[in-house]
Amino acid sequence: MDHYIQLFLKSVFVENMALAYFLGMCTFIAISKNVKTAVSLGVAVVVIMALTIPANNLIFQYLVKPGALSWLGSEYAAYDLSFLGLISYIGTIAAMVQILEMTLDKFFPSLYQTLGIFLPLITVNCAILGGSLFMVERDYNFVESCVFGVGAGFGWALAIAALAGIREKLKYSDIPHGLRGLGITFMTVGLMALAFMSFGGM
Amino acid sequence: MAEPKIKDVLIEPVFNNNPIALQVLGICSALAVTTKLETSIIMSVAVIAVTGCSNAAVSLVRKFIPSSIRIIVQMTIIASLVIVVDQVLQAVAYEQTKSISVFVGLIITNCIVMGRAEAFAMKNPPLISFFDGVGNAMGYSVILILLGFVRELFGSGKLLGFPVLPLTTDGGWYVPNGLLLLPPSAFFLIGALIWLLRTWKPEQIEHD
Repeated sequence: MDHYIQLFLKSVFVENMALAYFLGMCTFIAISKNVKTAVSLGVAVVVIMALTIPANNLIFQYLVKPGALSWLGSEYAAYDLSFLGLISYIGTIAAMVQILEMTLDKFFPSLYQTLGIFLPLITVNCAILGGSLFMVERDYNFVESCVFGVGAGFGWALAIAALAGIREKLKYSDIPHGLRGLGITFMTVGLMALAFMSFGGM
Repeated sequence: MAEPKIKDVLIEPVFNNNPIALQVLGICSALAVTTKLETSIIMSVAVIAVTGCSNAAVSLVRKFIPSSIRIIVQMTIIASLVIVVDQVLQAVAYEQTKSISVFVGLIITNCIVMGRAEAFAMKNPPLISFFDGVGNAMGYSVILILLGFVRELFGSGKLLGFPVLPLTTDGGWYVPNGLLLLPPSAFFLIGALIWLLRTWKPEQIEHD
């Protein structure tokens, strides 16, 4: 159990997707103008990550890992389909997003209304694909990948909510003209990333 | 809208409509791979190849894609191209690509590729789309190479692995700035670049 709690905390703070690996930056910067939308997007990311990383873990373990097809019979053990990895992970993500969109529309219309426009955007959020690639690189087992998925998503959500909070306050400050908007946002993120690096010693 | 010219779509994105500085596209990889000039250049070449080809390919099939599944179709085209580029890079520059292999994979979700496919290639013929892709990827490359140049030169006193500023540890005079090797420095540098660019071209300043 300890191992999983550790993994969770590590994926939230030490290996924060947004502030330590800089994944999902495009949406991170584009959709952090106010806290409310940032939180909705964060929730959507947590859900998608918690679903796709374990799903991709199964694909990795039983389909595309070198020698993974051995459960079909010993003559398949020599196959190495790892070059198909990327395309199947992104396929899973795109499909998951689509399924989630339809499920939400049917059973939770109010949540669907809030998340609506963000769901398709998530397909191109590199944090999601990045999460799957890290999972593959570190060879997590199924339970570990579930924990990692939730943790990584949660960390990203935390970061975007924090940035949105800061940007809301920034509106009232007097910033040099050329630096307004995008420029100062980058610098803020830089400072936040520096702060998050201090978790590295944990 | 007037027929776009090849020269315009090639040059325009480099300074006037830069994907990183103005369109906020494709930032993730800009931060992670730019600690060395060499990896920045490899990454730039990979992105130029993928964006140009994917734009051309998407544009070729644009009249046959039903709009409801266009994202999945675009993704598949892009993913296939990225796999090709990844395999080629592993064959010709194995040592250098080992450290950035995750980020080569992440070109798939690099919003420049997707964004240009969606915004330009779906509406224009293949040839011009190809050049639009190349142009935008060049705008991206300019920023990437600048960052790589500054970070490697001042962070470790080298350029492409050759010592330029003699380090104090080797008996020289230059004390390397370790901050520039850390990822957050890329944010400060991009922020500063945007500032410079907008001082030069004031029409890009955002008003709120």
